[in-house]
Amino acid sequence: MRETRDSGKPNLQISVNNLCLDMLGSRVLDQIDLTIDQPGVTMILGPNGAGKSLLLKCIHGLLSPTQGSIGFNGLNGNPKQAMVFQKPVLLRRSVMDNMRFADQDRQTQSELEQALDSVQLLEKREHPATQLSGGEQQRLALARALLTKPDLLLLDEPTASLDPASVLIIEKLIQQATRQHIKSIFISHDIGQARRLSADVIFLNRGLVIEYSDAAPFFFAPHSNEAKAFLSGEIVL
Amino acid sequence: MLTEAFSEAFRLILSADADLFEILWLSVQVSLTALLVSIVLGLPIGTTLAIANFPGKNVCITVINSLMGMPPVVVGLLVYLALSRSGPFGVFGLLYTPSAMVIAQVLLITPIIAALTCQVMDDLHKEYRDLFFSLSIPLNKAVAAYLWDARYSLITAVLAGFGRAISEVGAVMIVGGNIDHLTRVMTTAIALETSRGELSVALGLGIVLLALALSVNGLVTTVRSRARYYGCA
Ligand SMILES: Nc1ncnc2c1ncn2[C@@H]1O[C@H](COP(=O)(O)OP(=O)(O)O)[C@@H](O)[C@H]1O
Ligand SMILES: [Mg+2]
Repeated sequence: MRETRDSGKPNLQISVNNLCLDMLGSRVLDQIDLTIDQPGVTMILGPNGAGKSLLLKCIHGLLSPTQGSIGFNGLNGNPKQAMVFQKPVLLRRSVMDNMRFADQDRQTQSELEQALDSVQLLEKREHPATQLSGGEQQRLALARALLTKPDLLLLDEPTASLDPASVLIIEKLIQQATRQHIKSIFISHDIGQARRLSADVIFLNRGLVIEYSDAAPFFFAPHSNEAKAFLSGEIVL
Repeated sequence: MLTEAFSEAFRLILSADADLFEILWLSVQVSLTALLVSIVLGLPIGTTLAIANFPGKNVCITVINSLMGMPPVVVGLLVYLALSRSGPFGVFGLLYTPSAMVIAQVLLITPIIAALTCQVMDDLHKEYRDLFFSLSIPLNKAVAAYLWDARYSLITAVLAGFGRAISEVGAVMIVGGNIDHLTRVMTTAIALETSRGELSVALGLGIVLLALALSVNGLVTTVRSRARYYGCA
């Protein structure tokens, strides 16, 4: 087992074993076999409908695979997981009450405020959460996810169609989470963002893992034609 | 003659006429009691139908939805049959008492509250389900969150139920019998006084009933605008 250099804390290892998922009679994830053991951000890339969201939901336990399994190693017991959904799900309450709802360890008011400050929402703490802009809503969703102190953070296109300022805040927080040894799996459709954040990359197409490698080799010398086409901005079908 | 009736009606109201207020008070008592019982029954039924998974769930939802449209006279007739001397509950001697009217109104408005609750809770459940799973929220906390976040819609449903109960005439006429000083409520009194040509009393009661209905509607509007603020209209 690899160890992160500075903490001596063992890495979380996620193994996806021969996972298949059928939906409405068609196979949407096909024999996925992966061992994710890099610290930092694992990026899932691939065209629309490739099965990225479904794979993330399987890892999170929101969907049970038709076949195969998911295992976690390296920590004592299962990792604590948190997920940020593509469309933020917020309770119809104030920003602060959304934080409080997720807080299971009775954190102090100032801890909650600090968490809101980290996504620049402290001033809006008493606003109704559903009245926030798209970017603010997603920032709140991320702050709420991090509040649960996860070992594994799953993010499904958290910055799709957000304002640049929000994208920057979110990316910074993810990088900070990495420094705090939180493992992230991140779905993105933004290749620039993927280059900025990823330690390794899973490239999916039509329910199949086409490539899985460290970020540098993937971006500089992808093996498959699909990944080459995807990276050069062609439409991959 | 009509102006006379109107001025007499207002005189009755403004002088706090004892008979008129007895009728008004009984109406409110009967309908509020029915409402309370219906909330106690309808909220859990609606919530369970929205959140639980069991065989026959969709059939139950369809049944509740169609019960919403039950004609009050039919409900009255059924309650009458059940409570009449030879009926299954005849021994309790409830026919022609306020209790019989409460029972009829409960049967009328419980489906309304249950069906509306089910709709609101189902929408919220679909939206929150994945998040609650993700945050490992226990069922009791989840249900509390659904109830709290649906509060404005639920209040609207409850007010709709009260509006229906207080203005309903067919069922309470049949099971209450419109007995003076015992089971006479606003709607049955209006029907009687109109047929007797006592327009001023009918109008007086009608005005009070209208005012009550309008205030309920006003409350609904207030609740709705409050709800929009929190994005749950
Ligand atoms: N609930 C569902 N029922 C049936 N098919 C689904 C469902 N959800 C997703 N799919 C299908 O599975 C495929 C992968 O979906 P998804 O993982 O959402 O794609 P993406 O890579 O864009 O996130 C798509 O073809 C989609 O149509
Ligand atoms: Mg997706």
